[in-house]
Amino acid sequence: MSDREPNHGDAERRLGVFKTYKLYVGGKFPRSESGRVYEVTDSKGAWLANAPKSSRKDARDAVVAARKAFGGWSGATAYNRGQVLYRVAEMLEGRREQFVREVAAAEGLSKSKAGAVVDAAIDRWVWYAGWTDKIGQIAGGANPVAGPFLNLSTPEPTGVVAVLAPQGSSLLGLVSVVAPVIATGNTAVVVASADAPLPALSLGEVLATSDVPGGVVNILTGATAEIAAPLAAHQDVNAIDLTGADAALAKELEIAAADNLKRVLRPRDVDADGGDWLASPGTHRLTAFLETKTVWHPTGALGAAGSSY
Amino acid sequence: MASAFEYAPAPESRSVVDIAPSYGLFIDGEFTEAADGKVFKTVSPSTEEVLSEVAQAGQADVDRAVKAARKAFGKWSALPGSERAKYLFRIARIIQERSRELAVLETLDNGKPIKETRDADLPLVAAHFFYYAGWADKLDHAGYGANPRPLGVAGQVIPWNFPLLMLAWKIAPALATGNTVVLKPAETTPLSALFFADICRQAGLPKGVVNILTGYGDAGEALVTHPDVNKVAFTGSTAVGKAIARSVAGTDKKVTLELGGKGANIVFDDAPVDQAVEGIVTGIFFNQGQVCCAGSRLLVQESVRDEVLDALKRRLSTLRLGDPLDKNTDIGAINSAEQLARITALAETGEAEGAERWTAPCELPSSGYWFAPTLFTNVTQAHTVARDEIFGPVLSVLTFRTPDEAVAKANNTQYGLSAGIWTEKGSRILAVAGKLRAGVVWANTFNKFDPTSPFGGYKESGYGREGGRHGLEAYLDV
Repeated sequence: MSDREPNHGDAERRLGVFKTYKLYVGGKFPRSESGRVYEVTDSKGAWLANAPKSSRKDARDAVVAARKAFGGWSGATAYNRGQVLYRVAEMLEGRREQFVREVAAAEGLSKSKAGAVVDAAIDRWVWYAGWTDKIGQIAGGANPVAGPFLNLSTPEPTGVVAVLAPQGSSLLGLVSVVAPVIATGNTAVVVASADAPLPALSLGEVLATSDVPGGVVNILTGATAEIAAPLAAHQDVNAIDLTGADAALAKELEIAAADNLKRVLRPRDVDADGGDWLASPGTHRLTAFLETKTVWHPTGALGAAGSSY
Repeated sequence: MASAFEYAPAPESRSVVDIAPSYGLFIDGEFTEAADGKVFKTVSPSTEEVLSEVAQAGQADVDRAVKAARKAFGKWSALPGSERAKYLFRIARIIQERSRELAVLETLDNGKPIKETRDADLPLVAAHFFYYAGWADKLDHAGYGANPRPLGVAGQVIPWNFPLLMLAWKIAPALATGNTVVLKPAETTPLSALFFADICRQAGLPKGVVNILTGYGDAGEALVTHPDVNKVAFTGSTAVGKAIARSVAGTDKKVTLELGGKGANIVFDDAPVDQAVEGIVTGIFFNQGQVCCAGSRLLVQESVRDEVLDALKRRLSTLRLGDPLDKNTDIGAINSAEQLARITALAETGEAEGAERWTAPCELPSSGYWFAPTLFTNVTQAHTVARDEIFGPVLSVLTFRTPDEAVAKANNTQYGLSAGIWTEKGSRILAVAGKLRAGVVWANTFNKFDPTSPFGGYKESGYGREGGRHGLEAYLDV
């Protein structure tokens, strides 16, 4: 008998009902089109679930869903996106106990350490909820050009972002890479931690009940390199976050990404397994997936007789 | 104007709000009587019905409240920003949940139409808390250097025209930056601030972080002159603002003042007339013109004067004045008998000085305080109605021939809070905006507000900005 919820500690009275973990794509919960699954175990090797093993086709379907969602999400007001991200925090808080169990099992953490990680993940949504309507005030602004022009730079989302979530931090690391991507109006195709994918799939259930429009976040599980390769080469993906790739894979994907000049966020030391996801995140993950648009407009002059302006 | 289609009454239900017969001061997390036991009544300006009786704060109460805020300051300012943020997010969410109740309450106590409290005041109140909540853990990124510190205890005095919105503008940035507050709402509109005290309770806000003192000008004066107050924020009349500026001389108190205005709404001959007319109406008749940034001077280009005025009068004749709780009402009650008397006197001065008065044809209710939408034409820059802030539904119409003349006339005022520009030509908007001495310039729109956008005046409209990233500075030791 596995240690898996919900029969935990209750096995003698009744047999628990297992959850079928499914992908989260376009706001729906499909199985992998390939029909494949792989065995997910806890840190001691006990069986937890059979997770979907996503294929190239699943990756392409997810890109289509993300592209379809981009117009609406990027066109929403920053205030509205902030409300939605905050709603994710509210929903996650309500499922705190579930995620503590899942993170503890996935990462081999004690209940109290897993609790601290889940709390930090909730607070991270709150942190990025507050950024949606502020990043433009930090990263944009009027430029004092030497001429009679208004010159205004505004950050805009780059588009569809492929995100390789960190391998070692199944929830906090995942939230830390996904929330900044969507906060600014991008949509995301996320490849979850290969060995610890279950918290990511459960997060999909949170997102689905948090007013996040379908397709804004799409979550795939399986072999990272297998899913990442078609994403890195995909012509309708605008950027890729390589956090969850090792050095060799990251280099290979960066080369593939160059084909349509994807914006690339390379893995950092801090992102490696054991890296400190609890630390204050800063803004680099927000700005990594922003374009800057600069608009010029003549200011004219009033003119002595009002004849020219 | 006779209409083939009369409106049936469509009143918003009062049952959504439960007003207690009496309220105390909110000090250190508790409702308490005034030290000297004084109370005053607050009435509904549309009916003159007494809504409740509230405690009247005096010097001793100010001392108590400032002491409570001082005591709470240490722990509150030492909280991680992310924890302060979560309190403010809670407040924002509770305001959203209770927004219908608060809208009805505000309409009852203030007299403004439910359409405005429901669709403008309350959404902006919640958004303001939501916006500043997000700043609480991001102050390092706000451009004021690393780890900017709060000032301490903020003494805040707010007006009656947007009671809960002005409270939000004051309290949200103060708390986000780690200050504690003592706030005095206006004597004619104390109720929404007292309901806000209950929201603080629901949010679990630590005691003493927010203190609410209802009362009159003497309590406000005692608050801003209190030696243990570090920050003074005032929204109200220019005369009182100047008195506060004098009273803080020689102290370390940081001050922001948001005072009167005499905004110019400039309409060029290429402006789409119907849109401009809507903007003129919004500019001066929103909240019965009791708005510091109202577009109370219409500057219309001579060649389109008649066309614009005809369209404006036609539009004004369709405005519905009456029961503020009716969802079809455009023009509600004037906030108090005193304010009605001021508006009436200034309008009479306008006539006496030779300006031509036109009043929208509408019936005024028999009880309550009412003033019909009014225009003055043949107004010169020397007329009182073109110079003094009327703070009522009274628009003075002047004309101009050239953009230079429009700018000169627009700037010919002691104030500098707001202005409007109506033209299809973008470069003219920017050229005119560049010359206007006003803190907020609206182009092809008017009276737009957003928590991310700084608001405040030039010249005698006060100093400091509220809202946006800029609004943080007023509450930081920078």
